[in-house]
Amino acid sequence: MPVSWTLLIVLALAGAGYLLTRMRAVAMAGGDTRKLHSRPGHYGWNAALLTALPAILLIAVWRFVQPAAGTALISMVALALAAAGLAFALIRTSPSFRARNAVEGMVKGLLIACASIAIITTAGIVLSMLFETGQFFRQYPWTEFFFGTTWSPKFGGGSQLGMLPLLWGTLYISLIALLVAVPIGLFAAIYMSEYASMRMRGVVKPLIEVLAGIPTIVYGLFAMITVGPLLRDWFSQPLGLGASASSVMTAGLVMGVMLIPFVSSLSDDIINAVPQSLRDGALGLGSTPSETIRKVVLPAALPGIVGAVLLAASRAIGETMIVVLGAGASARMGLNPFEAMTTITVKIVSQLTGDTDFAAPETLVAFALGLTLFTVTLGLNIVALYVVRKYREQYE
Amino acid sequence: MSDASFPTAAKTPRTSLLAADPRTRKRNAAEARFRAYGLAAIAVALVMLVVLLVTIFSGGIGAFRQTYLTIPVTLDAAQLDKKGNRNPEDIKKVLTLTYGKILDKALDAAIADKGIQVAGLSDKDLSGLISKEASADLRDRVLADPGLIGQTIEARVLVNGRVDGYYKGRVSMESAARDANTSPAQLELADALKAQGMLATAWNWSFLTSPDASDQRPEAAGVGVAILGSLYMMLVVLALAVPIGVAAAIYLEEFAPRNRWTDIIEVNISNLAAVPSIVFGILGLAAFINFAGLPQSAPIVGGLVLVLMTLPRIIIPARAALKAVPPSIRDAALGVGASRMQSVFHHVLPLATPGILTGVILGMAQALGETAPLLLIGMVAFVKNFPAAPPEGLFDPASALPVQVYNWTQRADPAFVERASGAIIVLLAFLLCMNLFAIFLRRKFERRW
Repeated sequence: MPVSWTLLIVLALAGAGYLLTRMRAVAMAGGDTRKLHSRPGHYGWNAALLTALPAILLIAVWRFVQPAAGTALISMVALALAAAGLAFALIRTSPSFRARNAVEGMVKGLLIACASIAIITTAGIVLSMLFETGQFFRQYPWTEFFFGTTWSPKFGGGSQLGMLPLLWGTLYISLIALLVAVPIGLFAAIYMSEYASMRMRGVVKPLIEVLAGIPTIVYGLFAMITVGPLLRDWFSQPLGLGASASSVMTAGLVMGVMLIPFVSSLSDDIINAVPQSLRDGALGLGSTPSETIRKVVLPAALPGIVGAVLLAASRAIGETMIVVLGAGASARMGLNPFEAMTTITVKIVSQLTGDTDFAAPETLVAFALGLTLFTVTLGLNIVALYVVRKYREQYE
Repeated sequence: MSDASFPTAAKTPRTSLLAADPRTRKRNAAEARFRAYGLAAIAVALVMLVVLLVTIFSGGIGAFRQTYLTIPVTLDAAQLDKKGNRNPEDIKKVLTLTYGKILDKALDAAIADKGIQVAGLSDKDLSGLISKEASADLRDRVLADPGLIGQTIEARVLVNGRVDGYYKGRVSMESAARDANTSPAQLELADALKAQGMLATAWNWSFLTSPDASDQRPEAAGVGVAILGSLYMMLVVLALAVPIGVAAAIYLEEFAPRNRWTDIIEVNISNLAAVPSIVFGILGLAAFINFAGLPQSAPIVGGLVLVLMTLPRIIIPARAALKAVPPSIRDAALGVGASRMQSVFHHVLPLATPGILTGVILGMAQALGETAPLLLIGMVAFVKNFPAAPPEGLFDPASALPVQVYNWTQRADPAFVERASGAIIVLLAFLLCMNLFAIFLRRKFERRW
């Protein structure tokens, strides 16, 4: 693998450049580093950065854009660039050269580049999905995608790719998840911030947060092998509501458990941010602690809690593994929660795994679904963050 | 006047500070109910946690034990080395099938030797007792040491997944009667062999070291390739996400001017942290595989996707850690003539390191358990070969622990569910170690100013 060798050589050159330039700077000052403008290390770093940065940048760009052609050529160019950088740094080295300013300028540039990667990622997400979605809408009318009520992809033509059944499944499962997570999470947060002793809080809070650290695939497996069969054997079959282990209820319940720590830790923060003076006032007027919470603390914390619920909803909508393993794959619009339904994320996975043909609308539809998912969750997040931030400002 | 002022006293309810009136009782009951709801909510959450862990552990612990059959096997030179010259090239031409026959013969001989009689035992039951993987194992063993040919060796071979399931309670005589892949006679044979001490269920290291196996041989499947693949991805995350994330945090916290561009970056980072992980998978598929032409199911692609996903989760705690360093440290450094860059890199960053490391480890733990984006970049493929050593190995196909779990849940044989739970135990063990390390760092080094 010549590229990794080239990288190694470049790094070795940079190391050599550091030592050489540092020694040269010290020698030019006659061994008295006080005569140098900067510390000797700065001269060394100047050379190392000038040697390594352009060459590595070149290799990275080439690797990403044109990975097939001219490995030998690009290695030569990169090495030449590194050598040129080293030579340039050596020549510039003199006691009056402001090495510290040069190095710090370069380092700052690097830091800015790193910070910009977040923007590049977002742009990458939006562009890659917009491009493929455009391709999709050229082959399939957008009205039928957004308003069609039948989802039946057929490789070979004649598929109906209406998004509504998927959206319905997503919202239904998220609703059940929130119905589980919000009361439990909120009551847990209230108890922990208002009633629990420090000791109990110290034990219970980390334990509930363990639930947040468990990967979603674990919840998915739990839904598939435990909750699904349990619900089928004890509820849906005796009640005659369905015979499938994977159902809206299975996925919704398990997802609700996953969201508990999410709701509880956010609400906990928010309830703690309510000023103590409000509580003291209510208690002083003779209300019981629960009346204080219900009539004073919760109304004061309401915007923040709404924000937390919105964030949890965006989590639920974007959750993948639990619904892949727990909700089933049949796209249908029904009200029976013990029936299998499917979601946007499930269909993204199923359309993009296995044999895929990136010219067919059946594959490209996944990008349109992805863009829809991204837009919806982004909207929820922005509103939620705005609400939470506004709320924080209110009491600061 | 004073006499007349009390006639109403008889009408007001008699209240005592010692006895609660109905309204107070009601309010106190509401108070107690409210507390009970809170306690119940906490109890439900904790019970769910316990149920989740207990079901996964009780289901998966079986993957760490496996039933083996130990029988003497005569490696017949006439079958394995027809030319008799022990030339490795010639021995390689002997197919796995031949080794299967040798094993069948050995089992036959062992049964006859011990005088085991089982009614209704067919040839299919007999040869089906030994795992299909066993003949390949035996072949590898002979190829590694051709000197074994012609000798009689003690071979420790895997048995069929159903027989293994019989000893783990997954298969019963009743279910075996309905099962095409086993039969009650086969299980009785297994019981007889167990009584002779030839069949035993023992600790199974190979679950951690061996690669995945095909649909018909769940008994041989392991998480070796998946652990290695996950490790490679974590290396990529460590090498890219940590320096980039910390650098971004330093810039935003220490250098960035308060302007529109910085605002955009900040809003962007907090939004990226909440983007569904599957969207990052779509990005990886479009950017790294379709556009840049990197290979499918390679750890490098998985690693890059996880890097993009982990970055905001590293930047946010790193910024908090930098912010926690008091400004007096910076002022003191600037006061003795350091540049801002020097004050940050020589003083602020070392003081913030424990906090930053905690965030890094937690971010990596999250990346380790992430499944959905990896599904989209082809990591679900069946991979039986170990990837090479990095850096070349980063481009070889590999699996990852959470994806391996998903992969096994999609197989028909119920024995794979046990494997999936076992793989989760391995995954949770790694996560536990990382989290404990993070807690240790926080307890040991974090300073309160």
